[in-house]
Amino acid sequence: MATETGADTSPTTRPLRPTGSLSAWEGMARQYDYWLTVLKRTWRGGVVSSFLTPLLYVVAMGVLLGGFIEGDPDRLEGATSYLAFVVPGLVASHAMTIAVSESTYPVMGAIKWHRTFYAQLATPLAVRDLVNAFVGFVMFRVASACAVFMLVIAPFGVFTTWWGPILAWLSQVLVGFAFATLVFAYSARLKSEEGFGLLFRLGVIPLTLFSGAFFPISNLGPVLEWIARLTPLWHGVSLSRMFCVGQVDWSLVALHVVVLVTLTVVGWFLAVRNLDRRLEV
Amino acid sequence: MISARGLRKSFGDFEAVKGIDVEVRKGEAFGFLGPNGAGKSSTMRMIASVSPVSGGELRILGMDPATDGPAIRGRLGVCPQEDTLDNELNVFDNLYIYGRYFGIDRATCRERAQELLEFAQITEKAKAKVEDLSGGMKRRLTIARSLINNPDLLLLDEPTTGLDPQARHVLWDQLFRLKQAGVTLVITTHYMDEAEQLCDRLVVMDKGRIAAEGSPRELIDAHSTREVAELRFGVGEHEALAEKIEDLGERVEVLPDRLLVYSDHGEDVVTAVLDRGLHPIATLVRRSTLEDVFLRLTGRSLAD
Repeated sequence: MATETGADTSPTTRPLRPTGSLSAWEGMARQYDYWLTVLKRTWRGGVVSSFLTPLLYVVAMGVLLGGFIEGDPDRLEGATSYLAFVVPGLVASHAMTIAVSESTYPVMGAIKWHRTFYAQLATPLAVRDLVNAFVGFVMFRVASACAVFMLVIAPFGVFTTWWGPILAWLSQVLVGFAFATLVFAYSARLKSEEGFGLLFRLGVIPLTLFSGAFFPISNLGPVLEWIARLTPLWHGVSLSRMFCVGQVDWSLVALHVVVLVTLTVVGWFLAVRNLDRRLEV
Repeated sequence: MISARGLRKSFGDFEAVKGIDVEVRKGEAFGFLGPNGAGKSSTMRMIASVSPVSGGELRILGMDPATDGPAIRGRLGVCPQEDTLDNELNVFDNLYIYGRYFGIDRATCRERAQELLEFAQITEKAKAKVEDLSGGMKRRLTIARSLINNPDLLLLDEPTTGLDPQARHVLWDQLFRLKQAGVTLVITTHYMDEAEQLCDRLVVMDKGRIAAEGSPRELIDAHSTREVAELRFGVGEHEALAEKIEDLGERVEVLPDRLLVYSDHGEDVVTAVLDRGLHPIATLVRRSTLEDVFLRLTGRSLAD
């Protein structure tokens, strides 16, 4: 094999799943105990950042600030109160924040500081398996944080149907997937952590503020509105809100889902490719 | 166990390994020697099936790393040059978690981790953090971890670099015990005494190629004389004096502080030197070592 491909055997031309490799499921299952120890070590900090911080946001923005805003469904994308408007957006952008922060420093740590990936690669696990388990863990964090968030918010009477919040939660999970894979791909290439500051300042914060979580993007004016429509978070916010508010445009749902799934798939391929290149020093 | 034909590795335009042939047999301890940048680590990473082959043919345990990487890695133990222990896990968990990656069931994993703690003489440290271990303990833990899957082939990249003499000897004992137990060892090192101690057969690599191959004894016989006479004269005299005694040995090497005369009979060289009316400040006759071979083959200038 090696002689046939000759000097061209670069990481990119290698098959992602060589014949001798484990099934995707088996590859992840073998890392379960590892991620369980990570969870045991980090869950306390996670409780604060995943559950407490967003609740403070809900109280401050949704209840206190929102009290000044007139609950006009025509101007709030169908929501009857500002709280009902802002909650689905907040949870979606919260999903993004967790996904991003769990896929930045921890990825660099596993490459550079702890070298966990190198140790894992010396076993039957492949790069693809490392990405799957890593993203799987990030998604566990995202999904659990969003679920708790949605449950806590339910008694406030912001949801109109019982199934809406469930679909909204799935939308938030989808937001997490898209960002986790894309940001993993970014982090796997990064040589120093300065790039993360850039990502947060130029990526996460503007997205949080201008993707329609806090105000309808129609307020932005026609040009900026279209730019906002191109951001991945807007698709998630819009999806999450439609389900929560109970005014669902299924063709728009299809578009959002296609966009987010496409981003996830592209992000996953890039993540595997970038990590493969990075680890093959 | 390992068979390489014309094996190459390149990174962009740089060729780290320029076509080497290697054959490692079951149960032997095989060494890769060479200065920094000789291509040892690149070769090891290809053998470990984590770095794709750029050219030539490589078979590990009869399999092709390009297609059967995971299957090969499942039967290898790898002890890397830089520690890749998980500092956030305790000592026991480092072994246990690693075993799980190989698909070993939990009970067996626990049992095996316990055995290996004993083997590495760190049982009392089982619950300690990795950070709190000494350098020697970390190395022993790394080797213990590489044995969690009962490997057929153990790859050790500079296993004793940075250890004190006591820790090195403990490690050598352990590696010797593994070899007795039938594990095939592949070792890179730039300690010649380590290579002489551990390796049945070795290759000396230089600039991506194999410069010599054989047992330590064979290499000394082929590339050096039986003995070496070291003659120390006053500073600055060595260059001029070398010409006067050139004929006394197979080869004379001039160093800033002494002359090395390579000959099968060192004492005769010293006698002859004195007979010529030369009076070295100090003389020493010793057997040739692998280090003499190594420096002969790879030169004395620094590679990096």
